[in-house]
Amino acid sequence: MQYLFVGIAGILGASLRYLIGIYFNHWWLYDFPLATFLTNMAGSFILGWITTFVPRLKFLHPYMITAIGTGLIGSFTTFSTFSVETVQLVMNAKWAIAIGYVLLSLWGGLLFSWCGFNLGTSKNEVISK
Amino acid sequence: MAHITLVAIGGFFGAIFRFGMSNWIKSKYPSTFPIATLFVNLIGSFLLGLIIGANLEKSWQLLLGTGFTGAFTTFSTFKLENVQLYEKKNWNVMVLYLSIGYTVGILLAFIGLKIGEVF
Repeated sequence: MQYLFVGIAGILGASLRYLIGIYFNHWWLYDFPLATFLTNMAGSFILGWITTFVPRLKFLHPYMITAIGTGLIGSFTTFSTFSVETVQLVMNAKWAIAIGYVLLSLWGGLLFSWCGFNLGTSKNEVISK
Repeated sequence: MAHITLVAIGGFFGAIFRFGMSNWIKSKYPSTFPIATLFVNLIGSFLLGLIIGANLEKSWQLLLGTGFTGAFTTFSTFKLENVQLYEKKNWNVMVLYLSIGYTVGILLAFIGLKIGEVF
């Protein structure tokens, strides 16, 4: 049952990522993979926040918490596309963009995740219905 | 079939496979090093390299690439695990995890692309 919830949340996460990608393709005409980058940054922040904050929402079933974190946000962000995009930039001799993409993702992701994590831990009261 | 439907089907299975594989790895090989997410991300990077390299039809790319491997691999959990290691002051594990994740991930994507181009 829990697997089904994760799968359904995965549908939402992957579809949302796909739509954001399409939207960016319309107006972002540069080589930097902005759609994947922003998706990954936003997801890192939200997961950091959700992980520390949502378990205190006592009316949420644990299955739902796993579905939101692992299923929805986990599928929304992606590592495989990041890796392949980096390789493609290198193959097209766009070295500066490739290195910038890796470094920004590495440090930006840590920063966003850490900010979300701390935002979630900053309010210590239990929120119930 | 509508493009988004293909992405959705792939996303459904990708998320379930990631969840299943990481539960299985965590129960079989418990460790402070987040091997489950690392393994999933490395395998997925290689798979997507294959898919893109093989230049499959658009439908297959959406189902297997954007949908399945996109959802199978994850960036947010990778980062959260690093933050958790940082909070626990497991610096060594954190640095090792980041180094392996990025270098091997990109390398495997490259190998996947090259193998894919053969087909």
